[in-house]
Amino acid sequence: MSVDSFFQNIREITQDFLHVSSVDLMSGPAQDLAITEMETLSPFMIGLTVFALACFVGYYVVWRVTPALHSPLMAVTNAISSVIIVGALIACGGDVAFSSRVFGFIAVTLASINIFGGFAVTDRMLKMFRQ
Amino acid sequence: MSSNILSFCYLIASIFFIMALRGLSSPKTSLAGNSYGKAGMLVAIGATLASPLVLTYNWIISGLVIGGAIGILIAKRIQMTALPQLVAGFHSLVGLAAVFVALAALASPESFGIGVPGRIHLSSLIEMSLGVVIGAITFSGSVVAFLKLQGLISGKPVRFPFLHLFNALLFVLIVVITVIFAMHESHQLFLIIIMLSFILGVTLIVPIGGADMPVIVSMLNSYSGWAAVGIGFTLENNLLIITGSLVGSSGAILSYIMCKGMNRSLLNVIFGGFGTTATPISSTGVSTEGRTPAKTGSAIDAAYLLSNSKSVIIVPGYGMAVAQAQHALREMVDMLVQKGIKVRYAIHPVAGRMPGHMNVLLAEANVPYESVFELEDINSDFSDTDVAFVIGANDVTNPVAKSDPDSPIYGMPILDVAKARMTVFVKRSLSPGYAGIDNDLFYRESTMMLFGDAKKVCEEIVKSSD
Repeated sequence: MSVDSFFQNIREITQDFLHVSSVDLMSGPAQDLAITEMETLSPFMIGLTVFALACFVGYYVVWRVTPALHSPLMAVTNAISSVIIVGALIACGGDVAFSSRVFGFIAVTLASINIFGGFAVTDRMLKMFRQ
Repeated sequence: MSSNILSFCYLIASIFFIMALRGLSSPKTSLAGNSYGKAGMLVAIGATLASPLVLTYNWIISGLVIGGAIGILIAKRIQMTALPQLVAGFHSLVGLAAVFVALAALASPESFGIGVPGRIHLSSLIEMSLGVVIGAITFSGSVVAFLKLQGLISGKPVRFPFLHLFNALLFVLIVVITVIFAMHESHQLFLIIIMLSFILGVTLIVPIGGADMPVIVSMLNSYSGWAAVGIGFTLENNLLIITGSLVGSSGAILSYIMCKGMNRSLLNVIFGGFGTTATPISSTGVSTEGRTPAKTGSAIDAAYLLSNSKSVIIVPGYGMAVAQAQHALREMVDMLVQKGIKVRYAIHPVAGRMPGHMNVLLAEANVPYESVFELEDINSDFSDTDVAFVIGANDVTNPVAKSDPDSPIYGMPILDVAKARMTVFVKRSLSPGYAGIDNDLFYRESTMMLFGDAKKVCEEIVKSSD
């Protein structure tokens, strides 16, 4: 791989993230460019916005958790992080290649263990704290 | 169902998950919080199944039934003392699920709206790699943590020469291969990335000792969240990004609290050689340095001492969990309370093998939530206390943490049991704790050592008092 093609690839990656084509970058005055970019807001930027805000929400909510309940906190976060199952469901039941269906099936099974097990064990723990 | 309605349902699910964590701010609201969590999951799964993205249900239903049955069975059967390994085991499953979702997305990108095979968006390829690397590290790292906590492999730190260099090189290699993968979308390279990440997960966790597990379990908890975030970015799914961020920050905060409880940085836990440098003393019951020998007592002595006190603070540690002594301990405390003695429990942040481990065990033994205190809330009360009853804890009481700057635990907040008029240590032997350092308290005039299994000792104290 030549250095040129390497940089070409880097450029493509950057443009792909921002969803701007090379044509956009070269055409017209700056104002036009701004409008073009507004119209093609990349899904990555939306995701990044959601991500940053969610981290703040997580930070403030988790600091309010009483230390006595840190074990249930781990169990319940473990259960909800298995929400990754929504990706697995699409892979398992969608219009997909056979290999994807198998991968999806495995992921659905693994995530289900976690969801059912995680919520059940959290329930068990929390019921002990209810005096 | 339109994609807007699907997104709206995902938003509802995200809010429910935030409410679930919010509920844990107090034991009173916690069960309601858990119900929010379940409701959120139900909405997320239900909405996905009802969307046009899912066409066939046979495979899904079998997966849900098989997984659900296994999960519920494990949750009902597990002993509360085995919680840390259960949580580690569950983390590994999230990591592996993330890996398989990424593999499915790579094989059928059109179903996820991220391109067609051979021409997946570059951003999606990079996000996919990120998700799969974190997922794979979470998986293999959690498996190692599970094996250590379950005692299937030694909990002692395992060290190889140049291990950190090896890890660094492995990491760089993964980054380089990821870049090449993103350019060529080669499935073989993707599998290599997964394999290398599996190895990295193992080599990152293997050198970490059993006592640092509270940090590691929290850290892997965090990783499982970031893996979900990575997959969320790949699939452009805000629900996964939000939930992953909640879990990721939760694990990160717990890791921070655990590190602070040991006065160490996260880097120090991952790279430091805790418990490997200091030379442990012999556990024969006689001090090696010509000090006064430790004063040992019997259960009868302890029963007399406890019965004639006005106030007692119990300091439980990992030894209590190992001996499953929580029920016997509570019976002993009940007996003291009946005699009108004020009994409270003091919990050090890093007691046990996972955050909040001691609290759950005490709750299991029906110890009232109100009599269990965190370090900062009770530490000043030791000076007004007749007996500090330390059961299965050691390093978290060691005064060298305050006095000796050369000690590996220097700066660690400790429970001031030495300030109580008498200190009783229930221990199996005089052997040092995980930090590998001797505890001066054992040899003090106001200390009584009670050697034996924590559960048996508590039972004997109850018998001796009758």
